[in-house]
Amino acid sequence: MSILVIADHDKGSLKGSTLNVLAAAKAIGGDIDVLVAGKDVGSAAEAVSKAEGVNKVLTADNEVYAHNLAENLALLVADLGKDYSHILASAGTTGKDFMPRVAAQLDVAQVSDIIAVESADTFVRPIYAGNAIATVQATDSIKVVTVRPTGFDPVAAEGGSASIEAVDAAHDAGLSSFVSEEIAQSDRPELAGAKTVISGGRGMQNGENFKILESVADLLGAAMGASRAAVDAGFVPNDMQVGQTGKIVAPDLYVAVGISGAIQHLAGMGDSKVIVAINKDEDAPIFQVADYGLVADLFDAVPEFEAELKKVL
Amino acid sequence: MKVLVAVKRVLDYNVKVRVKPDNSGVDLANVKMAMNPFCEIAVEEAVRLKEKGIATEIVVATIGPKVTQEQLRTALALGADRAIQIETDEEVQSLEAAKLLKALVDKEQPGLVILGKQSIDSDNNQTGQMLAQLTGMGQGTFASELVIEGDNAQVTREIDGGLVTVSLKLPAVVTTDLRLNEPRYASLPNIMKAKKKPLETMTPADLGVEVAPRLTTLKVEAPKPRQAGIKVEDVAQLVDKLKNEAKVI
Ligand SMILES: Cc1cc2nc3c(=O)[nH]c(=O)nc-3n(C[C@H](O)[C@H](O)[C@H](O)COP(=O)(O)OP(=O)(O)OC[C@H]3O[C@@H](n4cnc5c(N)ncnc54)[C@H](O)[C@@H]3O)c2cc1C
Ligand SMILES: Nc1ncnc2c1ncn2[C@@H]1O[C@H](COP(=O)(O)O)[C@@H](O)[C@H]1O
Repeated sequence: MSILVIADHDKGSLKGSTLNVLAAAKAIGGDIDVLVAGKDVGSAAEAVSKAEGVNKVLTADNEVYAHNLAENLALLVADLGKDYSHILASAGTTGKDFMPRVAAQLDVAQVSDIIAVESADTFVRPIYAGNAIATVQATDSIKVVTVRPTGFDPVAAEGGSASIEAVDAAHDAGLSSFVSEEIAQSDRPELAGAKTVISGGRGMQNGENFKILESVADLLGAAMGASRAAVDAGFVPNDMQVGQTGKIVAPDLYVAVGISGAIQHLAGMGDSKVIVAINKDEDAPIFQVADYGLVADLFDAVPEFEAELKKVL
Repeated sequence: MKVLVAVKRVLDYNVKVRVKPDNSGVDLANVKMAMNPFCEIAVEEAVRLKEKGIATEIVVATIGPKVTQEQLRTALALGADRAIQIETDEEVQSLEAAKLLKALVDKEQPGLVILGKQSIDSDNNQTGQMLAQLTGMGQGTFASELVIEGDNAQVTREIDGGLVTVSLKLPAVVTTDLRLNEPRYASLPNIMKAKKKPLETMTPADLGVEVAPRLTTLKVEAPKPRQAGIKVEDVAQLVDKLKNEAKVI
């Protein structure tokens, strides 16, 4: 078996999720090569070459891959990937965008969003927003798989010493081009990999009120999240949405404030180790999954929470 | 410009999901089915393009058994002009759905194809991208804004870090995210009118596509339930529990 893992990076800095995908590759077993595609990816390639269990790092450093355009990435990955038994990428928005194109080009099925590996051809994945868990077997000769990072503990970031090799292939499909981007800047940890997450819902009433959550997030070193209702209402940007169609998180501590706990929201945070819910409605479904529920008005409870935390931290 | 929209029939998103006792799948007997929410957004976007005078005809298509005609009628009531059902009683996986839709694209030659980004049953998030590859089109996935300008589509996409805007050569594939638009409800007169709109049926064989699933579902289980938690009295107790019992702060 030989596995090609597509590294997840943010403009050249390696994302932690790559280490989770490597863990999935390790569970499958076999030689693991990593492809880092983008523009100026030297430091990401350097970083992943040190990760546990990597055989070889391939870099495709070219302007055509600078903005993760799926049409171009898919041509590259299908071209390199046809010689492997498995192609794996993180199930973030980049992997979800280009991997199905790779699968179609290779005429194989894709297994999306796996959370466990049973064997080299059998994988476990949530369906119906996590309300059912399916075990699926892939019969194609090449398995194209996206991996949900929270399903796998990361491999060690240090200790390896894989060789780095440049591949000289500039695939430009000529179908799409980058226009602009609006990327949220934040000093807080990245939502998807954070150890602590504090999220607000419609109960926050407006964007201004999220400031009270920010103070708590700063104390806890937490990432900030939100429900779809809070995003749709324009309180906070879309990249904060947690849920079936937003980000999947599984922190040690998830604090849900003014969130009712719809199944689509639970789909994104139900695997958190400890869940805290603050909600004024004692019948809110979020309390059915919360380890610690506090029935209270959030506008009283959150400032109090901040004050109490200051005492103990 | 002709717009092709693909819609899928799924378990209504409000219905509680029940796994069958024999672990063969999810129980779909006698439960409410509906159009996939992302597909409703796809239909709505096409209708808005027509209202703006950009789209000239909206063709809506689905793949599935006879009952999927209900969802086609809904799309017709929302403003689609005609419907195509690709009829099969077999399970259709994303790659096959994409191949069938590709055959339809070859036949219909639309200027734009709109799909949902994800079916809420399989949670696959694959078909639109596969279709784009198979037809040699560019793609604007997870769209929260779509602007058609001449031979190009500008698509603003929801990505992990925020938003990115790409420009696509038409024809192209667009897949919808939740914030692209808010779908309207079908009015009663429009529901009546939809009954008279053309609905054509064909089979995968008619399109020259063989339906052969590549993924075998070995079992489907209910997720492990979470251990019931407790309600705390006040904030002080909450912080105490987090520090001394759960040890997460
Ligand atoms: C296809 C599809 C996909 C979806 N994907 C997602 C997704 O990815 N993520 C997601 O989150 N949702 C998703 N949703 C939406 C989901 O169904 C819910 O509508 C949404 O999660 C509700 O958000 P909410 O809990 O903030 O709002 P509400 O359900 O309105 O709940 C607000 C809560 O705040 C409480 N509250 C109000 N005021 C106070 C106060 N002063 N103090 C304390 N508590 C207060 C209320 O008691 C209530 O429980 C999706 C829906 C569909 C159909
Ligand atoms: N059987 C089907 N019939 C029509 N459209 C489909 C079908 N399956 C998937 N699609 C389209 O592809 C989108 C994404 O589906 P999926 O890749 O299964 O998550 C859906 O929102 C539909 O627009």
